[in-house]
Parts: sequence; structure tokens; C-alpha cells
Amino acid sequence: MDLSFNAEERAFQSEVRGFIAKNLTEEMKRATALTPSVFSDPDIGMAWQRALHRQGWGAPGWPVEHGGPAWTPAQRWIFETESARAGVPNVNVMGVKMVGPVIIGFGSPEQKNFYLPRILSGEDYWCQGYSEPGSGSDLSSLKTRAVRDGDDYIINGTKIWTTHAHHANRMFALVRTSDGPRQQDGISFILIDMKTPGITTRPILTIGGDHEVNQVFFDDVHVPVANRVGEEGKGWTYGKYLLEFERGSGIASAKLREGLKAISDLAESDLTGRAIDSPDIAARISEVEVDIDALEMTELRVLSALQTGQNPGAVSSILKLRNSEIRQAVTRLGVDVIGHDALAVEPMRPLYKLNHEPATPEEMLTMVPEYLNGRAYTIFGGTSEIQRDIIAKTMLGI
Amino acid sequence: MDLNLSDEQRLLRESAERFAAGSYDADHRRKMANDPLGFSPAVWKQFAELGWLALPIAEEFGGLGGGAVEIGILMEAFGRGLVSEPYVATVVLGAALIARCGTNEQKQESLPKIADGSLKLALAHSERAARFDLARVATAADRTAQGWRLAGSKIAVLDGHAADEFIVSAHIHDHQRPSGRIGLFLVPATTPGLVVSDYPRLGGGRACNIELSDVHLPEDALLGDGHDALPAIEWAIDCAMAALGAEAVGIMQTLLDTTLEYTKIRKQFGRPLSANQVIRHRLADMAMQVDESRSMALRAALKADAAPVERARAASGAKAKIGKCARFVGEQSIQLHGGMGVTEELEVGAYFKRLVAFDTLFGGSAHHYARHAELGRKA
Repeated sequence: MDLSFNAEERAFQSEVRGFIAKNLTEEMKRATALTPSVFSDPDIGMAWQRALHRQGWGAPGWPVEHGGPAWTPAQRWIFETESARAGVPNVNVMGVKMVGPVIIGFGSPEQKNFYLPRILSGEDYWCQGYSEPGSGSDLSSLKTRAVRDGDDYIINGTKIWTTHAHHANRMFALVRTSDGPRQQDGISFILIDMKTPGITTRPILTIGGDHEVNQVFFDDVHVPVANRVGEEGKGWTYGKYLLEFERGSGIASAKLREGLKAISDLAESDLTGRAIDSPDIAARISEVEVDIDALEMTELRVLSALQTGQNPGAVSSILKLRNSEIRQAVTRLGVDVIGHDALAVEPMRPLYKLNHEPATPEEMLTMVPEYLNGRAYTIFGGTSEIQRDIIAKTMLGI
Repeated sequence: MDLNLSDEQRLLRESAERFAAGSYDADHRRKMANDPLGFSPAVWKQFAELGWLALPIAEEFGGLGGGAVEIGILMEAFGRGLVSEPYVATVVLGAALIARCGTNEQKQESLPKIADGSLKLALAHSERAARFDLARVATAADRTAQGWRLAGSKIAVLDGHAADEFIVSAHIHDHQRPSGRIGLFLVPATTPGLVVSDYPRLGGGRACNIELSDVHLPEDALLGDGHDALPAIEWAIDCAMAALGAEAVGIMQTLLDTTLEYTKIRKQFGRPLSANQVIRHRLADMAMQVDESRSMALRAALKADAAPVERARAASGAKAKIGKCARFVGEQSIQLHGGMGVTEELEVGAYFKRLVAFDTLFGGSAHHYARHAELGRKA
């Protein structure tokens, strides 16, 4: 057993560092640090996606024939870790990590040829149409309906929590094409051009004051049948496949560590009157750091198994849950560390384009909104309650 | 980067698990709980034959040259069997300190005997007034014409009753003046002036308090050449915490397995307990904490030979986290067994008590989160 990287892996690490140093601008870095929501604004995120694409790193998880870099699990780890350390923007994960793998797995050759290059290059920006007002955790109860009309489907209904629908030019959606004996039957996976007539988008502000999610309405929206991925009525299978990607992206500890570092730096600074000198704060920082250590080790154990072609087993199901819980613990700590400054509300967005002097030091601006918005981590992608059901089933067989 | 077990490590795990699941059963444990020695010399002999006592000892001294990861593999299986043999005292602490501090003669003298099972050791370091502060040692060692004179008291000496020799820490005094250095002294259990009061230990095995009054020792009782032994003591106890953490993981896994089976069988209101979501989620939390603990024990083992601050933070982090998880898993195992969990009729209580002992040994979670934080500031 060995925790350190071999010579090849260290060489790759230098390559990644070199790439980041060359391509990550101060503006991107500052914008990322000052983003209190889950995703970076598209102008920032897509600039990074284009840089990655130029390097051939636009889609780390994809097979080589579709433009993936053929990295080993250890290389992916190094890439993600170095990216988090450097504070790179989030790219459009709905494209690269969600719909991309589904198209690769189940799409037609035409769909692959058309959509995949546009995801890689950043030409397309995707949003996800899964949840509905009446279908949260019980996703397969969804009601948005697609009725066949010649070569088109006519779609009516509504989707909610649609991240960046107001930026996206495409949506992948689960819609009901028929009613089967089980509610999972009769669901299809459809790719929708957001400029199609009949689509309207309503912004939803989250409690941190950010516009990230939306409700999207479909009013007799005509979508070509050719935009269906895979077979009609099999959408649930494809959608579940995608949720596995959403949950098991697998490498979260590096980002958590950077988040905690920003907070412990503040705790050690005069800006907070050295919050770290309170034994309670110091111990809580350690407690969260140790939780991140444990998560990182679990990630590395999974990675080691993957590296040698073994199935990591049910242990990977705990990663999403722990990541979300620890992330919330980090943001909670952030609020407590900044003390008085937690009272100041900065309503303007984006924070990296403020045109006035904020009431608090810049590095504190995101702490409260991140904590507030961060309540969503244990809700989206399957609530923690659903995750515990999954763990009980997969790890314990009950 | 590779966290997969090697073939040798896999074989070690298999043989250790076979041992823990075999004759080391509930009857044996019950017998040992009422035994004045608290462990079985026949089992100790078996450990020697299996090479487990030689595991971390260097090959030149009759050992197998294993490391903290191998110790962890063994300890996890010991946890599953709730083994009460004095392995940590003799091998993990004793052999490690002799290997690290001893002169070549001292190593030649002791290590092969540890490996073949003929020498058992116990570390006498903790003192009542020091609580968990490893640097605070009031026991004094004065130089005499013939060697050394030791005086002081030690508490919570693991498996001291079984030790042939104690390793006693004491502040070295040169000509009545404190030198600021801590020395480690080999004190045979039969030395005049040494009084051992032993007691049954929470969760199995035994421990003792010892009094040293006017204990005279030869010159070569001092391990090594009189350099300050505190860094070695900190290292050895960090390694012991990693090993005990692995043992706690084995204990927790057994409690989880047992509790899971029970909730599937036990019916209330016409259905198994495990049919209730509140129970399933509790078990999911337990499983998660067992797994996090496994990660932390392995991490501490892998960093056993890292630079001191990195090693100590990994050990304290593991101790704090595993201690916290151990309390949760242990308490919930009892809770989910209902009234029977509180009785001596099930083994759940015995496993739980070993976890409580683990949490308090060398300092509980609060102490180790604080140590982790303190070391982080120095880093």
C-alpha cells in the first residue's frame, strides 16, 4: 500500500499544474471564489471549458473515441484535486457529466455526432429537466407529457429546480409518453432546444439571494421524435444511469478542503479577531478537517479498486451523502467564523462584479449565501433520506 | 497510489480472520473474562507460531519486518474476536520502543524473545496528574554509583500484570538536577521496590497501577544512550492509536453485523424491526461510520512513519473520529437490541465496553481534536 503517487503520476500532476497556471486567469479565479451558488456563471465556466477542450481535456470521463483523454482513475483524481486546489470554475456538468454519458451510452450515431462535439467545445449549454413541482424524490411520478404527432412530440407540463435554464440552449428531460403498469414505465428521455416556441422560464431565487434555478413551462412544445434518446418508454433506465453519474462523480474531498482552508485562513486572520483562538472554533475546524480526511481516504479506496479493475462495491454510495453533509458543516463553520460580519447582506449579483464597496471584506462575502444555498446539497440528486435508503439497501441488504 | 492489499497482506487477513472466527469464540471470551490472567498463554504461543509476535520486528532481530498496515490488518481481526491477549502492550508499544530507542545489545537481548513469545512487556508512562499530556512525567530517575534509582507512580499500565518487564518513563536527573530529558527504563517485574496493583480492565484484559519507591536499576536499564525519549513515546503511542483504531473498526463491524441480523429477525407489531425506515436509517448511519473509521485507521497506519506533525495529526484525527464513531455505533447497537442489549447475556455489551475503553485510552475525542488543532497551527 502506498499513499504517494508514482513518477508518471507526478509528471502528470506537473502537467496539470502547468496547464492551470497558464490558463486560469485571475478574473476566473476571483469570479469562482466569489460565486456563492453551486455552479459558475456560464461566461466564466465556459471560458474554462474552452481552455480544457483546447488541451483535449474537455470531458475527462468520456471514452477516447468521443474525445475523452483516456485517463486512469489516478489521473482523474490528480486532475480534480489540482483543479480544486487552484480554484478553477465549474464547467457545465449537465453537459459533460450528465447528458454526455447518456448520449454516449444510448444515443443514435447522428445524436452522438451532433451533440458530443458541441458539449466538448462549450458551444451548447445544457440544463436538466427532471424534477417537477409534484415529483421531487418520487421522480418517476412525473407528469410532463409528450404526445406523438407525426414526426413530433407535443410536450405539455412543467419542470422545476432547473439549474441555469435561463442560460441553457438545450435541455434533456424525462417526459411521459405513455402510462405503464408501473409509474417508471412509459417515461422517455428527450433532448429539447430551449428556443422552441412554447417554452417559458420563471426564475426562482434561492435563500442565499442567487438566481441559479428556475421553473420551466411547456405549452404545446413541438420536439422532433428524432430528439428522443434510445427507445420510447425506456427513459427511466437512462435517467437512473445518469443519476449514478450525478451521485458518484466521486472526487469531492479536494474541493471541501479548499473551502475549509478559506475559512481557517479567515479564522487565523485579524479580520475575524482571530476566531481560531476560541478552542471551540479550533476544535470544530479540526473536526471538519478530519471528516474530509476520512472522505478522501474512502475516495482513494474506491479509486484504488477501480484502478485495478475491481468493483469498489457499495461503499461508493456513502460518498454523495458524506460530501453533502461535510459541505454543509464547512459552510456552517464559515458563518460562525466571520462573526459580526454574518449580519451584512449583499444583495447584488454577481458578487465579482460589485460596483460598490461591500460592507464586509471581500473574502467574507460568500460565507452566508453559501451556507444558505448550501442547504440544497442534502436535497438535490436524491435527498439524504433517499441516500440512507440506498445505503441500507446496497450496503446492508435491508 | 495504491490502497489494495498485497497478496501477503491478503493472506495475513485471511489467517487472522480465520483465527478470530474459529476457536476464539463466545465461550472462550467468557472464560477469559473470569480468568485471573485475563488471556490464554496457549493462544499467545499460537500467536508466536503464526509469526504475529514477530510481525513488526526487523528481520535481523528474528522478526518479519512488517509495518503499521500489517499490524492494522491483524488488529481489525482481533477486534472482531474481542481478543484479550497483551498484543498492543508487548508488540505494538514494547517492541516498537525497544527497536526505536534501544542499543544494539538491548535489541539483540529483547526483540527475538518478543518474537518467540518468551518476553512480555508493558509500557508504564501515564501518570494521574498528567492526564493525557505525554510530556508531563513526574517519575524521577536519579543517577547512582551503580546505575539508576527510580521513584514515582504510574497508572493505567496496559497488561502490566502479565509483563516480564516494564518499560518505565522517568525524568532523568543528573546530580539531583532535572535534565529536561525523559528516559525509558527496563524494569523487570520482580525488581524490589516495584509494587503492582492490577485490576480487570473495562472491555476485557487487565491493567495496573504501579508504585516505584527506591527502585535500583543497573546502568544498562536505560534504553539507548539517554537522549530525550519523548519523541519516541509520542511516535509509539501514535502507532498504538492507529492499531487500536483498527481494532475498534473490527469491534464496530461485529456490532453492526450482529445488530443488523437481530433487526431482521426480531419482530414487533407483526413485522421485523428492519422494516421500519427509522431503523434502516440508523443502521445506514452506523455502516457509514464504520466505514469512515476504517478509512481513518488505515490513514493513520499509512502515515505512521511520516514526519512527526503529519503523523501525529493523522493519529489524533483517527483517534478522535473513530472514538466518536465507536461511541455512536456501540450505543446504537445496544439501543437497537432493546432491553437485552443492556444485559450480560448478550455479547453486545462486552464489545461496547471495549469501545468505551478505546475511546478513553490515551485521551478521548475532545482531547484529540484539540491536539489535532494545536498541531495544525504549528504546521
